[in-house]
Amino acid sequence: MNAALTDTDHHDDHHHGPAPGLLRWVTTTNHKDIGTLYLWFSLIMFFIGGFMALIIRAELFQPGLQVVDPHFFNQMTTMHALIMIFGVVMPAFVGLANWMVPIMIGAPDMALPRMNNWSFWILPFGFSMMLSTLFMDGGGPAGGWTLYPPLSLQGGNGFPFLIFSIHILGISSIMGAINIVATIMNLRAPGMTFMKMPLFVWTWFITAYLLIAVMPVLAGAVTMLLTDKFFGTAFFSAAGGGDPVMFQHIFWFFGHPEVYILILPSFGIVSEIIPTFSRKKLFGYASMVYATSSIALLSFIVWAHHMFTVGMPLSGELFFMFATMLIAVPTGVKVFNWVATMWGGAMTFETPMLFALGFVIMFTIGGFSGVMLALAPVDFQYHDTYFVVAHFHYVLVPGAIFGIVAAVYYWIPKWTGNMYDEKLGKAHFWISTIFVNLLFFPMHFVGLAGMPRRIPDYAVQFADFNAISTIGAFGFGFSQLIFVVVLVKCVKGGKKATDQVWEGAEGLEWTLSSPPPYHSFSDQPVVK
Amino acid sequence: MRVLIKALASIALLSAFLVSPAALAEWGYNLPRGVTDISHKVFEMHMLAFWIMCVVALAVFGAMTYSIIKHRKSKGVTPATFHESTAVEIVWTVIPFIILIVLAIPAAYTLIEQEDDSNSELTIKITGYQWKWEYEYPDSGVSFFSTLAEESRQARVIGSDIDVNTVENYLLDVDKPLVIPVDTKVRFLLTANDVIHSWWIPDFAIKKDAIPGFINTMWTKVNETGTYRGQCTELCGRDHGFMPVVVEVVEKSEFNQWLASQIESKESGQQLATTN
Amino acid sequence: MASSAENHYYVPDGAYWPLLGSVALATTTGGLAGWLNQHALGEPVFYIGLLMLVIMMFGWFGTVIRESESGQYKPWEDKSFRLGMSWFIFSEVMFFAAFFGALFYARVFSVPWILGEGAGANTHTWLWSTFSEIWPTNGPADMGGSDFHMGWWPLPILNTAILLTSGITVTIAHHAVIKNDRKRFIWGLAATVLLGFIFVYFQAVEYQEAYHEGMTLQSGIYGSTFFMLTGFHGFHVTMGAIILLVVLLRAMRGHFTPERHFAFEAAAWYWHFVDVVWLGLFIFVYIL
Ligand code: HEA
Ligand code: HEA
Ligand code: CUA
Ligand SMILES: [Cu+2]
Repeated sequence: MNAALTDTDHHDDHHHGPAPGLLRWVTTTNHKDIGTLYLWFSLIMFFIGGFMALIIRAELFQPGLQVVDPHFFNQMTTMHALIMIFGVVMPAFVGLANWMVPIMIGAPDMALPRMNNWSFWILPFGFSMMLSTLFMDGGGPAGGWTLYPPLSLQGGNGFPFLIFSIHILGISSIMGAINIVATIMNLRAPGMTFMKMPLFVWTWFITAYLLIAVMPVLAGAVTMLLTDKFFGTAFFSAAGGGDPVMFQHIFWFFGHPEVYILILPSFGIVSEIIPTFSRKKLFGYASMVYATSSIALLSFIVWAHHMFTVGMPLSGELFFMFATMLIAVPTGVKVFNWVATMWGGAMTFETPMLFALGFVIMFTIGGFSGVMLALAPVDFQYHDTYFVVAHFHYVLVPGAIFGIVAAVYYWIPKWTGNMYDEKLGKAHFWISTIFVNLLFFPMHFVGLAGMPRRIPDYAVQFADFNAISTIGAFGFGFSQLIFVVVLVKCVKGGKKATDQVWEGAEGLEWTLSSPPPYHSFSDQPVVK
Repeated sequence: MRVLIKALASIALLSAFLVSPAALAEWGYNLPRGVTDISHKVFEMHMLAFWIMCVVALAVFGAMTYSIIKHRKSKGVTPATFHESTAVEIVWTVIPFIILIVLAIPAAYTLIEQEDDSNSELTIKITGYQWKWEYEYPDSGVSFFSTLAEESRQARVIGSDIDVNTVENYLLDVDKPLVIPVDTKVRFLLTANDVIHSWWIPDFAIKKDAIPGFINTMWTKVNETGTYRGQCTELCGRDHGFMPVVVEVVEKSEFNQWLASQIESKESGQQLATTN
Repeated sequence: MASSAENHYYVPDGAYWPLLGSVALATTTGGLAGWLNQHALGEPVFYIGLLMLVIMMFGWFGTVIRESESGQYKPWEDKSFRLGMSWFIFSEVMFFAAFFGALFYARVFSVPWILGEGAGANTHTWLWSTFSEIWPTNGPADMGGSDFHMGWWPLPILNTAILLTSGITVTIAHHAVIKNDRKRFIWGLAATVLLGFIFVYFQAVEYQEAYHEGMTLQSGIYGSTFFMLTGFHGFHVTMGAIILLVVLLRAMRGHFTPERHFAFEAAAWYWHFVDVVWLGLFIFVYIL
């Protein structure tokens, strides 16, 4: 412990704990409170975004239109994606970072605590605005989450609200990322060198840079949409010398790094969990760090693999194909390192480990289809079919989401001081895993067989697989209610958790009590 | 019940791939092999990539499964302590790299071929509209629109009470298909009039976006006559799901006859318009 | 990293300013959106939101300044602010990058393609065969009228000189505050603020001329990129000048010491950032 104990705790004297009542949450500057807010918010949004997915799946249960109007279907597709990406995965990651990064590096709190509060509280306002467009004239955005003009410019009254909600959500993400960068660079405990940082912290560090680099680009892109619609600019109109495809370039310059924003922290989480339950140090720590950095760097030069069919020059197509394929190498290094960590370990299979193992396998399946998509000549067949939908849901749902769920199971005993219900947790894993594959695996087949994405109705030969998918969707969706039960039970009580919680766990977070004190490391620990 | 059986079938599908990929193509669970040289190459690329992924998956998941079974605490093992090895790290960086090169080389060749639209014998201009296609034969001045067939149009309405299973080629049929000759290199010029659309025939393995204000090109040379179906594959608004692409590939002589009849009916149509 | 004697990081108590900030952001943008939709309430709501934003900033920065002046912050906290500001500026750079990207894309790809170069032979032949303008251009449909080129002479080069000079004056002020030469510090700052507003004034004059000649935001891709780039830049100069003005007022009240003057430095960094962006604009928008 540090010599700082001599410094009288003049500051902490007057607030040992949180402010009482609701005010605590509204005004809080405490990283744990804010982390908690982020996580609950994300869960609520998951149900809203999932509910929309269920509407999509209900309509697609059978060929023919039964449930919704096609225009509303398109709104659901668009909103579902926007909510899941900006309202679920990103806030959940920021929430986990808020909770864990300061504790894992021995920091007193986040570097900019008031701004931290602001980053969170923008979200409910931003999403209220985004969701409110569904009730406006012309409905919500219906041009896909990629917002391609000229279609997105056909939006009704909701359009400017959508654009501005993206702006302010972007502000929130940028502030959150800056906070994390500043915390990691400035607040590490003495002795916590960069190459000693836990991998969750590392992956978030790199993610934060990605966020700071690309969220402003998205802001720029949607600003151009706004001016094209309302102020007569011609960025995306050939008549004025612009090009609709220009939007796609700018969007995907944001969009591709964005998909790694959605996965890198999960990589970090899995890299924490697998060593713990293998009771063996992470294999290849340094190469994990380098691999993560390479993925991040490469992610800036592959964006046009989403645009192989827009009519790029051949040289462009070749370049983006090769660059995209290259990403498989550092990602492979990560997967192999995880397997090597398990190799020769003494594994047990508590719920977090199950989710982490599920992550490794199913993310890798999604990665494989990614490499297939990267082959430009074949992507002409895959592009904009359900094969793509299968790809990205594999990396996002049993990928990013499983990572988040694993993290919650792993750290919730630390957060609440109570063990969660292991039986229910395991049930949650197995039911989710079965249904998630029932949901997304058949999409590969319908995609290859020729079913385009973003359609509310389809030819009858796709019927059987779609029916299976829909059954999977409802099964998967409702099995998430088990998760809610586990969470509520665990917050309310349960078997008391020890400080270390897991037998094989290592790291600063396990040196604190469970739950940790309101201000964890007022005095910084020294790392040797 | 049928759904359940299909569910089981789908789970067993990976093993089905092992039996015969060609059989699978017939099942309609895989990419079609198609009817052009390019589509054959694309199909083979796809299967090559698929098999490579299977092998890598087998290796990775195999090692994982072995470890999960053998290296579990309940077996009373004590954990090993190794946690790095430069040699293996190099091996598993280099091997994937080599695998990727094996994929990249044929892919690059196929791509170069796909992009070479020189020496075409017939040019057709395609324009996307919300929600129909316009086909134009610039050399002969023939042009017409192609929209969703009437039967599908009626059946697709919510509450139409028409069982879509009874509609032939539901959503994949048009009032007037595009007609092209077999064994002819046809070049397509693609553009759109309002928003971006995308024109796709799986059997030809060609798909390209139709972008307002710009012309994209692509080409095909079909080896077999027949009717080929596809759909618009770029979200283009409310009825994006309802603008199919149908191409009729016919013998060259038949094509010439057809074209002549089109020119004729166009001219008589014009006369009608002027006399009116 | 903190030495042991400074091992107490200042974690403020709860605050309402961020919440007000969120409400203000939502009100401002919601109002603006309503205004764009021609809803009668849009404009007033927008101004109410703007007012809230200003109040929020005064309140929030006021609190920070009070805390700073009462010595709550040590080098450790200071470093957090520095990191925050630098990465914020980086994010601003990326925002401008999007618009520069649009400019490059239009000049290197879309306009040449429409003209029939490279992959665009068919585009030109079939769709825009009468189009022949290279750059500047308002596009084949002759959007928004005339497309006269905004030359670099005389106002832009003058503005370049003004901004570069202001970069020097702000550096003079920096050296002065380190040497505790208050007078020079204040004069340096004042000169910078003045130059900043002169820049904005000239920019406004230039805009007026452009609109007079018919070169507007609606003048196709040239007008779009020109006004969006210079417009956002001008907006940032205005913000920077206001920030420097606040710093100036604080300096006149005796704030800042040779050791601790982060607010000033942050403003100066920001100022250099708008300076550099201007150089990019000058080269890529006016000269090339
Ligand atoms: C978490 C999000 C995430 C992640 C991690 C990825 C990862 C990858 N993605 Fe994916 N992708 C999306 C989210 C993601 N993607 C989304 C949302 C879309 C659609 C957007 C839209 O249109 O709406 C999309 C679309 C998309 C496309 C466009 C398809 C199209 O529209 O036509 C392509 C094409 O190249 C692609 C490729 C890849 C590749 C190569 C990877 C690689 O990073 C994968 C690397 C991983 C592995 C390869 C597995 C592990 C490696 C090994 C075990 C080593 C050995 C392996 C080999 C040698 C092969 N993705
Ligand atoms: C992180 C991102 C993420 C996540 C988690 C998901 C999760 C899911 N997604 Fe999707 N999805 C995307 C990102 C994501 N998705 C993106 C980017 C697109 C592309 C959009 C575009 O084309 O523009 C897309 C598109 C997309 C489509 C294609 C639409 C189309 O092309 O027309 C489909 C179709 O099945 C689908 C389904 C699902 C399902 C069933 C889930 C399930 O995992 C959801 C699980 C369900 C629940 C969690 C529901 C829980 C609800 C209840 C239990 C009911 C109780 C209700 C209440 C209490 C209100 N998603
Ligand atoms: Cu036309 Cu989709
Ligand atoms: Cu991508």
